[in-house]
Order: sequence, then C-alpha cells, then structure tokens
Amino acid sequence: MIALLSLSVAALFGAGAYMLMRRSLVKLVMGLVLFGHGANLLIFTMARAQRGRPPLVPEGAEAPTAPFTDPLPLALILTAIVISFGIVSYAIVLIKRVYQDVGADDLSIMTTTDR
Amino acid sequence: MITVALPVLIPLTAGALCLLVWGRARLQAGLAIAALAGMLASSAALLIRADSGAIDVMHFGAWDAPVGITFVSDRFGALMSVLASLVGLAAAIFSVGSLDPARARGGHYPLLLTLVGAVAGAFLTGDLFNLYVWFELLLLSSFVLLTLGGTRPQLEGAIKYVTLNLIGSLLFLATVGLIYGATGTLNMAHLSRLVPELDPTFATALAAPLLVAFGIKAAVFPVFFWLPASYHTPPPVVSALFAGLLTKVGVYALIRSVLLFAGQETGLLATVVLWTAGLTMLTGVLGAVAQSDMRRILSFHIVSQIGYMLMGLGVSMAVVARGGPEAGGLAALALAGSVFYIFHHIVVKTNLFLVSGAVIRARGDSNLAGLGGLLATHPALAGLFLFSALSLAGIPILSGFWAKVALVKSGLIAGQWAIVAASLVVSILTLFSMMKIWTGAFWGATPASAPPAGARERRLGASIYGPIAGLAAVTLALAAGGSVAFGFASRTAEQLLDPADYQRAVLPASVAPASAGGEG
Repeated sequence: MIALLSLSVAALFGAGAYMLMRRSLVKLVMGLVLFGHGANLLIFTMARAQRGRPPLVPEGAEAPTAPFTDPLPLALILTAIVISFGIVSYAIVLIKRVYQDVGADDLSIMTTTDR
Repeated sequence: MITVALPVLIPLTAGALCLLVWGRARLQAGLAIAALAGMLASSAALLIRADSGAIDVMHFGAWDAPVGITFVSDRFGALMSVLASLVGLAAAIFSVGSLDPARARGGHYPLLLTLVGAVAGAFLTGDLFNLYVWFELLLLSSFVLLTLGGTRPQLEGAIKYVTLNLIGSLLFLATVGLIYGATGTLNMAHLSRLVPELDPTFATALAAPLLVAFGIKAAVFPVFFWLPASYHTPPPVVSALFAGLLTKVGVYALIRSVLLFAGQETGLLATVVLWTAGLTMLTGVLGAVAQSDMRRILSFHIVSQIGYMLMGLGVSMAVVARGGPEAGGLAALALAGSVFYIFHHIVVKTNLFLVSGAVIRARGDSNLAGLGGLLATHPALAGLFLFSALSLAGIPILSGFWAKVALVKSGLIAGQWAIVAASLVVSILTLFSMMKIWTGAFWGATPASAPPAGARERRLGASIYGPIAGLAAVTLALAAGGSVAFGFASRTAEQLLDPADYQRAVLPASVAPASAGGEG
C-alpha cells in the first residue's frame, strides 16, 4: 500500500514538473495542480493510513483503540485542498486575462518585464 | 494570552470591515491607517515584553501544544511583527496621496490589510503547518495586489511571480508532510526537542527541501528571477510594500526552520547556505549594474541584500557545525548581524521604493534616462533619498554599516574569507548603483520634458513626504542608537540559538523533558 502510494506521489510530482516546464500557460496551471496533488498525497502517505481503523472513539471509551489512523494529516490535507482551490481559481483567471492581453498561450514571448 | 494574536487580528478584522464599505476609498484608507497604527502599538507592546526575556504563548481553541496551533511571541517574532506593521502603516499613508482612484476603490486597502496581517501571522506562529497557511494567505493577497489594475506588464510579471512562489509553497507543504511523518509533530518547539534525536543525515535531508522552498520565497540565487520580473510592475506603493516585507518572510522562515535542524547538522547545509549567500549577493548587484530604471535597480538590490542576511545564518551554522569552545558566542554574533541587517534592510528598502514612487509621482517616470535635476526641484526628496541610499550601501556610522561590521567581523573570526571578500566587493558595487541613481535622477539638468515645477497633479503632499520622512527617522534612530539596537539583535540571536526557554514556554510539562545536552 505504502509502496503504491509512494509511486503515485512520484508520478504526480514528475508529471507536474514536466508540465511546469512547458511553454503553454494552461499546461503551467495543470502542472501546479498536479504538484499540489502530489504534495497532498505525500502527506496522506506519511499518515501511515491503516485499513479499517478509523480514529473513532468507541461508545463508553475515552480514546480510540490503537492502532488507529492518525487524523491530523487528514485535517492538514483538507486545509491544503481548500487553499489550493482558491489559488487555482486565481491562477485560471490570471491566465485567461494574460491570454486576452497578450493574445497567445506562449510563455516564451512574455519577456517584456525581464528586459 | 490574546495579546499575542492582536497584531494579526487587528488588520484582518479591519480588512473584513473594509469589505463592508466597498468602493469608499477614503473611509477604507482611514480604517487601514487606524488599524495599522493599532497593530504597530500592539506589536510594540509584544516587543517590549519579549525583550524582558518573557516568551508569550497563545494556544488556539484550548488545544495545548504540541497538538493545537500555537502563537509565540519571542524577540525575533515580535521584532518582525513591529517591522511589518511599520511598513504597512507607511504604505497605507503613502497610498492616500499616490494611488489612482480606480485601484483605491478596487480593493487596495482590504488587500493591504490582509497581506500585512498574514505576514504578522507568519512571524508569530509557532507551528510549521500554520506557517504554510499564513504563507498562502499572504501570497494570495499579494497576487491580487500585484495584478490589481491589470496592465500588461503587471500580468506578465504576475505569471512568473505566481508560478515560482506556488512551487515554493508546494515544496514547503510536501516537506511539512515529511517532517510530520519523521517526527510526529509540527510544533516548532516540539520539533526543536525531537530533531536532535534524528539521524544527522536524515535531518539534513529534511532541512534541504525547506531551504529550497524558503529560498524561492526569499529570492536567493539561482531562484530569484521572479522578483526583478515583477516588482517594478505594480503601483510604486505596492512595490514598496512587497520590497519591504515579502522576501523577508522567506528569510525569517529560513532562519527559523533551518536553525531547528542546525544543531544536528554536519556542516553540509552551512556550506550550501554560504555559497548561496555569496552568489546571491554577487548576481543581484551585477544584475543591478545593467539596469537603468530606478525600481529595477532597487529590485535587483533586494536580491543582493538577501545574500547578506543569509551570510550571517551561514557563518553561524558553520561555526555551530565545527564546534569548539567559543562557538556559541561567535554563532550569536553572526546571527545578530543577520537580524540587525533584516531590521535595517526592511526600513531602508521600503523607503527607497517610496522615494522612487515620489519620483514617479513628480515626473511620471522612473527611468534614469528621462530624469534629472530633482535636487533643484525637490531638494527635500533628494536629501531623504541620499540618506537612505548611503545607509543601504553601509557608509560608516549609518545603519547598514553596523550590520555589515557584525557580519564581516564574525566571518573573519570564523575564517570564511570567500564570503567576507564577496560582501565587501558587493558593498562597493551597491554604492556605485546608488550613486548612479543619484547622478541620473537628482543631479544634472532638468530635462525639457519634465512637467513645470508646481504643476498641480505633480505636487507631492504630506502623505508622500510623511512616510518617507518617518522611515528615514527610524533609520536615523537605528544608526544613532546602533549599540542599543545591536544589543537587542544579540539577545535575539542568543534566544534563537538556544531553544530551551522557547521550549519551556510553549510545551506543557507533560511532554517529555529535553534530552541531556539538547542542541547548542
């Protein structure tokens, strides 16, 4: 399970990095999204998820019976997903505006502010 | 204690109130200035308490550390919070007299308040994941501030700014996951207790991606390209705000988080930090030589000066890694140099960008080719620029000089000749750049294209001169009270290098006591 998740994380980071290096703005945003998924899945993997052991307190008990899945990383991922939702929305609006202004979907011609 | 969260709560609440009076720029400006003054007062109160040696802690939602989110006000955090509110206040006042009405009505003030509040949150939090959240909040506010108005240069600059900063954030987030997996905690105090028990190679492997992530945000070599591509595109007041605060949040996070791992470090990271520092200094200053626009020159100098802040950290880490009888004092001296440099840099850099804003206001342009004669038409502005520029270059008895003395001295004692040589060469080149602006913009004849003196729309009012003079006064106080300020920086560095008090203040007694020796 951990091996499978690790491979998925590697694949997401690899695909994200590849997309980030493309010239197209749309692919740039896709790269950021894939990168974000990779990071979230990495945190999930670090939580060492246990199959069928939710962190629930049984009736009458004070604490969940060990071993149980650590709920904190899931809270972290949830926060990160909400944040990345906002960021990706912004990025999409930004590339739309850039596309309208520049008239092209090509990063290599956007060098006016570098000179 | 709720006071620890006030520097964050005040601007965020005022930002929300600004949204309720959407479109009424004057009212929003008044709210922003009042809130930022309140934030300055509450941060100053924190700083005074922190300097007495007390470390104030606040646990949100009654969850004790290390589980809940913790806010901590120690010397470094409180100092940075004061500087954030100072820069925010100067920017808010400057906005009143310099910002075009469309942008002022379009959400400039609420965004400014959110940005400054998020920056203060990043300075005061004691939790790595919470730091990530503040980073994202300040990034998102800065994205919108950067593109507000939507001119083509702004949009093109924003693409690079957004992409590189998001990559940095995601790398940080992934590392947060790895650190949690390795130690089971994200609380900085708890981490500083658990990291020394890790295998040194493993600890270095955890610190390295943090170095890259915060390096991107601090605009260090070789990942600084987003900064000179974007910082000159928004209105000058936004440039000044970014120049003063944003990269310094990266430097702050770098110092905080890397020091967590420093005691366990083999010297490899110290070497990397020192090389990065030297190359950042050199590439930044050489990039500036080739520029002819005031704001572009100043942008490249931000990069260059980030190198000095890293130099103190690097020397300090190298000394700690090597060990020896006098390592503690020398490491504190180097780190104190960095802290003092950050203090000096934030004030001076913001001010220089505000001056460039005043020049744009007076002449409609900041390209040196079309400027000249400002000394004759605006002597007060010229004087304030010269004072700040010389402080930046580190002319003796001005504030930059004291910062560089500490850095160079610690570098010499530690035997780090290469970085000392680089820092001295870069100082001279910085002076050269500042003189280029001086001769290009302030000296010489007024070009025929310049608007006539006293033209109504080009006049500089109190809201332009006020913040510039105020920040210059802070710089002057920093120079005049150099020994007092340096004493504070030394105490800050000692507190950063010895986390025992920090741990005692944050963690409940039930969390396992520090292992014998701890990190030093």
